[in-house]
Amino acid sequence: MGDFSVTLNRKPRYVIEDRCTGCTTCVEYCPVEYPDQFNQEISENKAVHIFFAQAIPLIAYIDESCLYLKEKKCRICENVCKADAIDLGQKAQKMEIKVAAIVLATGYDTYDPSLKNEYGYGRMTNVVTSMDFERLLCATGPYEGEILRASDRKHPHKIAWIQCVGSRRVTPGDNSYCSAVCCSYTQKQVILTKDHDADAKLTVFHNDIRSYGKDFERYYQRAEELSDVRFIRSYTTVAREDPETKNVFVRYATANDGVKEEEFDMVVLSVGLNPPADYQGLADKFGIELTEHGFCLASTTNPIGTTRPGVYVCGAFQGPMDIPESVFTASGAGTQCGELLDYRRGGLTRERVYPAEKDVSQEKPRIGVFVCHCGSNIGRVVDVPNTVDYALSLPNVVYAQEQLFSCATNSAKEITDTIKEKGLNRVVVAACSPRTLEPLFRDTLREAGLNQYYYDMANIREHCSWCHSKEKEESTRKAQDIIRMSVARAGHLKPLQEMDLPVNKAALVVGGGLAGMTSALSMANQGHEVHLVEKENDLGGMARRLHYTLDGLDVQEYLDRLVRQVYRHPAIHVYTNAEIVEATGYVGNFVTKLTSDRGPSEIKHGATIVAVGVDVYKPTEYLYGQDERVLTHLELEERISSGDEAVTGAQTLVMIQCVGCRNTDRNYCSRVCCSESIKNALKLKEINPEMDVYILFRDIRTYGMLEDYYREASAEDVKFIRYEPENPPQVEATEEEGRPVLQVSLMDYVLGMELAIGADIVTLAAAVIPREDNKDISQLFKVSLGPDDFFKEAHVKLRPVDFATDGVYLCGTAHYPKHIPEAINQAYGAAGRALTLLSNDIVTVSGSVCEVDEARCMGCEACGRACSYGAIEFRKTKQGKKAVVNPVLCKGDGLCNAKCPTGAIYLKHFTDEELLSQIDAMSATA
Amino acid sequence: METETAQLLKIPADGNYGDVMVLGGGVSGIQASLDLATAGYKVYLVEKSPAIGGHMSQLDKTYPTNDCSM
Repeated sequence: MGDFSVTLNRKPRYVIEDRCTGCTTCVEYCPVEYPDQFNQEISENKAVHIFFAQAIPLIAYIDESCLYLKEKKCRICENVCKADAIDLGQKAQKMEIKVAAIVLATGYDTYDPSLKNEYGYGRMTNVVTSMDFERLLCATGPYEGEILRASDRKHPHKIAWIQCVGSRRVTPGDNSYCSAVCCSYTQKQVILTKDHDADAKLTVFHNDIRSYGKDFERYYQRAEELSDVRFIRSYTTVAREDPETKNVFVRYATANDGVKEEEFDMVVLSVGLNPPADYQGLADKFGIELTEHGFCLASTTNPIGTTRPGVYVCGAFQGPMDIPESVFTASGAGTQCGELLDYRRGGLTRERVYPAEKDVSQEKPRIGVFVCHCGSNIGRVVDVPNTVDYALSLPNVVYAQEQLFSCATNSAKEITDTIKEKGLNRVVVAACSPRTLEPLFRDTLREAGLNQYYYDMANIREHCSWCHSKEKEESTRKAQDIIRMSVARAGHLKPLQEMDLPVNKAALVVGGGLAGMTSALSMANQGHEVHLVEKENDLGGMARRLHYTLDGLDVQEYLDRLVRQVYRHPAIHVYTNAEIVEATGYVGNFVTKLTSDRGPSEIKHGATIVAVGVDVYKPTEYLYGQDERVLTHLELEERISSGDEAVTGAQTLVMIQCVGCRNTDRNYCSRVCCSESIKNALKLKEINPEMDVYILFRDIRTYGMLEDYYREASAEDVKFIRYEPENPPQVEATEEEGRPVLQVSLMDYVLGMELAIGADIVTLAAAVIPREDNKDISQLFKVSLGPDDFFKEAHVKLRPVDFATDGVYLCGTAHYPKHIPEAINQAYGAAGRALTLLSNDIVTVSGSVCEVDEARCMGCEACGRACSYGAIEFRKTKQGKKAVVNPVLCKGDGLCNAKCPTGAIYLKHFTDEELLSQIDAMSATA
Repeated sequence: METETAQLLKIPADGNYGDVMVLGGGVSGIQASLDLATAGYKVYLVEKSPAIGGHMSQLDKTYPTNDCSM
C-alpha cells in the first residue's frame, strides 16, 4: 500500500504525437482498408487513421494491418505527411511508473453472441448487436447516421429487439446476472429509430422490463406509446434467415396465441455486459480478488475498495452499471485516494503561471483572425484561403491566417506567438462551437498577456460547414458573414476580471443517515471540519429500520460502528434534533444558521452536501391500517428480526409489490422493493421452510447481481405470480375451513385462471417517497427538485452528484431510492466532488456576469423573479429601491436582461452594444 | 520557493513518479483522473486504445434524456 511500481508496455503508434496535426492526408493515401473497430467492424477504415472523429488525442495511429509492418512494403504515408510525423520504426516502450495508489476503471466488455449458435449472429447478415446498432444510429457511424442493412444497404423497416441476450441465464457461456442497462438502452434505440424513420415498425421481445432508475419509468412509457411499437413479453429465439431477402424470422410465444414465427428486416440483440476480457490477468497483476462472475470483489459497505489496500475500483468493473454510477464511483475513488494520500496532496502538482496582463483598453482594436480547416471538416466545404483574404479586408483586422487544426497544441502556441509578434489586442478564431474549445483559446490570450475576454469565437463548423456541406459556395459566403459578425463584436469587447474567492475548508452535511455519515467521515479523514446536521434525535436515518441485507450484512451492527466513528472523529461536529433556519452565501463561502440540541448555531462552510434521505409511503390499499395482519415490507423486516412468531410461524404469507408507485400519483419505480421482498422471503424460508411465500409482482426488478437472489428464491419455492396494474390483487378478511385468513385473489396469466390464496399475513412493498420537507431544503440551498420531488442533479449522466448551484452536492436516497452499497458509492462520490473544491484555497468565478445601471433601475423586481440562482438583491437607496447583482451567484444566463423593462440590467461580455454590433454586421453587405 | 525545492528534491530523476495511476480512460477513468488532479494529485491515466472515451464514445445518445454521448 502506498508504494506501487507499475510496468507498462506502451504500444507503438508509429506516429510522432507532437508532430501529427490530425490532417488525415495519410489516411487518404493509405492503400490498406480493414474493418473499423470503432464502428464495430461494420465499415472499413485505413491502416493509418484517427480512431474516431472526435478522438482525444486527435492524431493518427497505424494499425498492425499496415503493409509496411506486415511485409515491409508501401511507406506511402511517410512520403505524404507534411509534418514528418510518421515513424514506422517506433518500438514498444517499457515504462516503469511509481505511484501511491491505483484506480481500476477498466470498464466492461459486451457479451459476444456469436459464441452461441442460437442467435444467428455472425451467420445471418441482418442480425446485429445493440452496440452495432448504436453505431448505425450515429452520425459518425458506418453509414453516416443512416440505419442500413449490411445485406443490401437498404433501410430496415421492421426491426425486432431481443432482450437479455447473454444475461439472466445459467446455461454455459451466459451470465446468470442481469446486465442492468439493456432495458433502457433498447428503449432509447426504439425512440431514436423512430426519429430516423417515423413509419418504422418496431418490436421489443422482453422478459421483465427493468426501468428501475431515475426517470426510467417515464422513458419506458415514452417508448411504449410511440405508434407501431410493440413490447411483447416472451422468450424468443432467432429461427432462420430467408436465403433470398436475408430477412430474419423470430420465434416467440405469447399466452394468447401460442408459438408464432414472424419475419423482420433486422434483428437487434440486446447484449449484456461482461467483466473486462482479461479480468483474471488484471486480478493477478494487481493482486486483487474477483467475484464468481469475474468482477472486482468488494464489500457491501465499501464497493470502491478492493481486497488490496491502495487499489480502488470504479465504474463497471464493480459490476454492470450505467453512466452516472460510473461517474460517481469515479469521484468516490478520488476521495478514497485522498483519504490515503492526504499527506502528499499538492506535492507533485504545479500551478500555471501566466504573464502579467497588459492594459490595451485605450488602444485602437487590432484584431487577428485565425480560420481553422478542422482537418477536412471545414476545409472541404468552406474555401478557407479565400475566407482568410476576406477577413483581412474587414475593419480593424490587422492579421489573418489559416490553420489546419487551431486546437492542436502547436497551433494554440502559434496564436500566442502571433499575438505578441503582431501586437494583436483582439482575437477571433473561426472554427467550431465555443462550448468545448473557448476555454483553450482564451488561454492562448492569457499566455500572450492579453485579457482573455478579448476573444470571440466564430462557429463556422456546426453552424456552417456541417449543416450546409453540399452548398460549398454559399457555405463560404456564410462563413465570411459569421466572421464579419465576430470581428464587429470583437471591436467592442471589454476586458473583464474573474474573481478569486477564498474557500472555507469546512463542509456542512445535511442528513445523518448512512450516506451523510459516509461522506462526512471521508471529508473529515482528509482534514476538513465537517458539520453533520440531523433532524432526528439519533443518527442513522432509514438504515435504522433495516436489519440485514441480501449478502448478509448486519446493518445495525455496521450502523452502530459508523455512528461511533462519527462521534469519535475530532473533526466531525454532530447536530441532532436540528432544523435549518437560514442558508446564505455562495460557493466556498456559505453561512447556515440552525437550531439543534446544541442551541442556535451559525456555521461557515465552503461546501454543502444534501443527504436528507427519503420516507416510506403509508398505504391506503389492501386493508392496510384496518387489519393488523397487513404490514409494509419494512414492518415485516422488523418483525422477522425481532422473532415475532405471528410472522415467522405463518403458514402462508403473500407479498404484494408496487404499492403506491408505478401509478399516476407516483410515476416511478422505487427500485429497492423487489429485492427487499426477496430478501424477506429468503429469510422466512430459512426460518420456516414449510411456509408458503407468494410474491405478486408486475416486473421483478432484481437488476445486476441481485438477479442471483431472485433465482435462489425461486429455487427455494417462493412463488412468483405476475399481475397487471389494471387488474390488481384483491384482499379480503375471511375464513377458510375455520381458519381466519386474508384471502388474496388475482388472475394468474401463466395458468390463465383466477387464483385465491388464503394468507395469514399480507405484506405490501410500499413505495419509497421523497421527504415532505424536500421543498424547504431545496429553497434554502437554492437547488432544484425533479418531477417526482427527489433532488435534481446538475446533469443526469455527467454530473450526477453535483447541483447546478456551485458548491452544493447530492447523495443517497435524496437523489432517488437506492440500495445501501449504491448509497455508499454515491456518498463517497459527493465527498470526492466536494474535495475538488475544498482542497483548493481559491475558487474562480466568471467575469461574464450581470451588472445594474442604477440610474435606469426602477426597482420593479422583474429581474429578481427571473433569476434561478437568487443572485439579485434589492437595496433601498435615496432614489428608491434598486437591484444589486451578487457577481458570485450570477451564472450569466441573461434571463434577467430580457425581463428588465428599462434595460438597466446587462450581462457583461454580452452587452447590447456588443450584440447589436454583431447583428448590424450581419445585415451589412459584404 | 523553499517548499517547492523540497518537493523537487523528493522526485526521483527518472520522473515516472506520480500519486495515482488510473487504469482505463472511459467515462469513469476520465472522471477519476479529473477529480484527482483538481484535488491536487499527479495522475497517470492509462488507456489501451489510441484515444480515450471508452464505450461511451461509441454510443449515439444516452438515456433517459437522449443527450449526445460525445
